[in-house]
Amino acid sequence: MAESHGGAKGPAAGAHTGADGSHHGGGFPPFESSNYASQLVSLAIFFVLLYVIVSKLALPKVGGAIEARQNKIEGDLAEAQKLKDQSDAALKAYETELASARTRAQAIGNESRDKANAQAEAERKTLEEQLAAKLAGAEKTIASTRATAMSNVRGIAADAAGQIVQQLTGVVPDAASVNAAVDASLKG
Amino acid sequence: MKIDPIHQFNIEPLFTLGHIGNHTIAFTNSSLYMLVAVAVISILMLASGTQLVPGRLQSVAEISYEFVASTIRSTAGAEGMKFFPLIFSLFMFICVSNLVGIIPYTFTISSHLIVTAALALLVFFTVLIYGVAKNGLKFFSIFVPHGVPGYILPLVMFIEILSFFLRPVSHSVRLFANMLAGHIALKVFAGFVAMLGFSLGALGWVGGVLPLALTVALYALEILVAFLQAYVFAILTCIYLNDAIHPGH
Repeated sequence: MAESHGGAKGPAAGAHTGADGSHHGGGFPPFESSNYASQLVSLAIFFVLLYVIVSKLALPKVGGAIEARQNKIEGDLAEAQKLKDQSDAALKAYETELASARTRAQAIGNESRDKANAQAEAERKTLEEQLAAKLAGAEKTIASTRATAMSNVRGIAADAAGQIVQQLTGVVPDAASVNAAVDASLKG
Repeated sequence: MKIDPIHQFNIEPLFTLGHIGNHTIAFTNSSLYMLVAVAVISILMLASGTQLVPGRLQSVAEISYEFVASTIRSTAGAEGMKFFPLIFSLFMFICVSNLVGIIPYTFTISSHLIVTAALALLVFFTVLIYGVAKNGLKFFSIFVPHGVPGYILPLVMFIEILSFFLRPVSHSVRLFANMLAGHIALKVFAGFVAMLGFSLGALGWVGGVLPLALTVALYALEILVAFLQAYVFAILTCIYLNDAIHPGH
């Protein structure tokens, strides 16, 4: 169909190309065999040139750039993973450290509390002993004072009894019998 | 004003390079656009830098690289990467020359059957030679599909062999015909706009809106076709090479 179309247009095309100096008889250009050799030679030259440029320069360059990017991305991801692992390890170390510090602090607290308790206990004990000693001294003093006071009471009672007998009878009683009477009444 | 949709395909010799036998070898407009395609690809691929964070040009270069590489891997497997430079060259050469050819007043290399046929034959012989060199006679097992009953096998083999040898024809004509038809259609519709404007005056200016809209739509379609045909050419190359790499399939 295309060929017949070209054939129909033939004379016009031929007149036109003839006018501007390039002949070829006015057929359908893609089927003009006189141009085949030129086109094939040009195609061979330029396609081989393109193939050489593409295979030796273009593809290694672009492929290299893509690969370099890929490697960079993978390297960066690996680096990020490594850093993440490091920070995880640091976090774990921190937590272990914190836990052990807490145990240690607790131990120190317990120890100092026990020590303080023991000290307080010891101080209390010495204080109690001192107090007990003081108490014993005071009791002893009280007892001696009381004994003295009691002996004074006997003398006073004997004197008072002698006086009373004298006042009542006018006779000075015998000191020994007064004392015996007082002693008997004190005992009684 | 006459529409001449064929003129755009004319080969104009720019200067003569020499003679081979009785053929004149000239540097033509076709040669010039081949040079342009090679230059555009080289600039795209080589001047685009190798930054860690790619710029625009480098992104295009890397997307092209990844696109072709993933196409090969998905159709011909990892072994197909041996042919990466060839397929990349084919894809970029066809894609860039198609896209350059869409620009008005330029020449489209792939609108000439001789060029697409040469590329298709290059692929055909690469498949044939590599297939036989790698697999020996086992390569021809691609003509004997598995699980076909014995009585029908000769017919199937005949069809397989025929289709194998017709591959370069379909491979080249598909690209050629798409580019040719697209460019003719564009030229015809664009020509209508000008013809209406010149011949009918004000009425023609109004009437030209419809073909102009069609031209714009076709132009967008042709940009898609330009890329798509390059992709189809490349993926068919991968599929054919897959036969050479894994003839058992």
